Amino acid sequence: MLARLFGSSSSAEGAAAAEERFAVASQLKLTWWRFRRHRLAVASGIVVILFYLLAALADFLATMDPHDTDARRTYTPPQAIRFFDDDWSLRPHVVVLRARRDPSTFRMVRDQATKVDLALFVEGYSYELFGLFPTNVHLLGLKNPQPSETLHLLGTDRLGRDLWSRLAVATRVSLTIGLVSVAISLFLGVLLGGVSAIYGGVVDTIVQRLIEIIRSMPTIPLWMGLAAALPNTWSVMQIYFAITVIIALLAWTDLARVVRGKFLSLREEDFVTAAELAGASQMRIIFRHLLPSFLSHIIAATSLALPAMIISETSLSFLGLGLRPPAISWGILLQDAQNIEALALAPWLLAAAVPVITVILAFNFLGDGLRDAADPYG
Amino acid sequence: MLAFIVRRSLLAILTIWVISVLSFAIIQLPPGDFVTAYIAQLSASGASVSEAEAVALRELYGLGQPFYVQYAKWMARVLAGDFGVSMEWNRPVTEVIGDRLWLTVLISFAALVITWGLALPIGIYSAVRQYSIGDYLFTLVGFVGLAVPNFLLALVIMYLSFRFLGANVGGLFSSEFELADWSWAKVWDLMKHLPLPAVILALGGTAQLIRIMRANLLDELRRPYVVTARAKGLPERRVILKYPVRAALNPFASTVAYLFPYLVSGSVIISIVLSLPTVGPLLVRSLISQDMFLAGTIVLLLGVLTVVGTLISDLVLMWVDPRIRYQLD
Repeated sequence: MLARLFGSSSSAEGAAAAEERFAVASQLKLTWWRFRRHRLAVASGIVVILFYLLAALADFLATMDPHDTDARRTYTPPQAIRFFDDDWSLRPHVVVLRARRDPSTFRMVRDQATKVDLALFVEGYSYELFGLFPTNVHLLGLKNPQPSETLHLLGTDRLGRDLWSRLAVATRVSLTIGLVSVAISLFLGVLLGGVSAIYGGVVDTIVQRLIEIIRSMPTIPLWMGLAAALPNTWSVMQIYFAITVIIALLAWTDLARVVRGKFLSLREEDFVTAAELAGASQMRIIFRHLLPSFLSHIIAATSLALPAMIISETSLSFLGLGLRPPAISWGILLQDAQNIEALALAPWLLAAAVPVITVILAFNFLGDGLRDAADPYG
Repeated sequence: MLAFIVRRSLLAILTIWVISVLSFAIIQLPPGDFVTAYIAQLSASGASVSEAEAVALRELYGLGQPFYVQYAKWMARVLAGDFGVSMEWNRPVTEVIGDRLWLTVLISFAALVITWGLALPIGIYSAVRQYSIGDYLFTLVGFVGLAVPNFLLALVIMYLSFRFLGANVGGLFSSEFELADWSWAKVWDLMKHLPLPAVILALGGTAQLIRIMRANLLDELRRPYVVTARAKGLPERRVILKYPVRAALNPFASTVAYLFPYLVSGSVIISIVLSLPTVGPLLVRSLISQDMFLAGTIVLLLGVLTVVGTLISDLVLMWVDPRIRYQLD
């Protein structure tokens, strides 16, 4: 165990020092050491952090206004960034195909190719960075574009809206909706799981039956029914919170089970008895002794619950029953890719699937690593 | 044991009651009352409703009375088999739903069987050959299955088959059977279409079960009795299949209770992507057009079927596994 933690030390002195370090390390430190060994979990943690950075900087990274529609740009294919010119000199640019209407067939044709240079920190639509600083600077854009020249790294959708910019903003919505839902269900789970374990008896029975009832219901039809009943007149923000509450209301049961189980098993431990004998109050025992010892379990359970929340929101919005346009989320982006005709015409619409899968995988690996690390004495 | 059966059945009844209240709440939630909307709908299509008929309708549904009275009236009619009228289709709800409910159950059940059929051998293989290439491969596939929401998987498979096979894989019947009456040819046609949606639906649950089975079996394989069996010269196949696998099966089998609701939920979503004739697309449409009696009935029936399915699986499990029975006594 120790050798695995610190690498095998050859001298007895080194081993003793390692043992000393291990013995005095706090639980949090032990958990961190254990987690660090889990390479995949660490890498996933980094991916998750990057995605939240993307969410925080969504508008800065967007290249165009995500709500800006233009019929002439309908279903523009993705433009690849090219770094070198024809003569191999360095010149980052994209090839913009300008659409025009063929005078004889009246069909839109894209046949006028122009090279347009890329530039960093260009001016674009106005937004507020972190919701605080009004600015209009974006990371990437076209250098002095003509009005008809636009940058579409991932192509455009049916209404000519830029997919990359929409994806950036959708990431913010989908990732925060997961966080808010998980916070609500964490609150419910810890409260009801804790109450159930502390009071026992009738309270415990009621909460346990409630959990069993919720777990045996098919959740998606119920979610759909409740979400569809939200009034049409509600604002985007109201719908957003209503959806998070609906998702959280049916998802707290797992967390409640973890909390209750841990509470019950830890209550029998010697250190709790010792604290009781030393005259510690009930509150002090719960918050000073019990809670820290299963905090890491709660963190692990939370990071495993988050991907489920994200999938729920994505599924609901995908069906047209979750967030509603003009809100942008991963589910809403995937809604455009729902029918085979649209997919055949514009396969790049499936791009929204990539962040969904990446984030959910990353959260699962991260949660697995945290769960293993949560029990550093095991 | 009898006490357990009674308690378990009571819980199921309680669950069904909660689901029925929620379903009724879904019917009630949209603003405005049902009869006004129904009359407006009828007038729009040219039929007229007299004042007396309107009053009779209001009386029938108990409008204007408290929630619990309306609920009781609705429940009484539901128990008598009258689920109300679908506004959009202008036909009784039961007629609109028709075969779709049973097809939903069929797909969910097929997915359950596939989940077990895949997870059991793969789980055993992954545990016995821990850290082999095969184990890593299955773990990887399992994680992908876990991470990809099944509607997304359906979407990608539909795109790939359209792109490379030029075929539309949606639906549960060939076009010539879609409206035909039931016959053996139609059943055979259904059997040919069933595997794809069932496999898509099964994949998410399979990944979870493989991991559970692998972990359980790994715990068992380290037990001294396995070493003893091996030391006594039992053939490897018997050493593994005879005892550790059976011991590892218990938690595996009990997962069915939460797997079934999960599959029914999932089938609703993938049915929409693959345009299967199940209740899924009907539910979405009725919710969007606020055809609330249809929507409420579908939620209720799906809920009841799920609860009954879970109950049956629990009882069967108890019958099959003596350890559960002994624990209860």
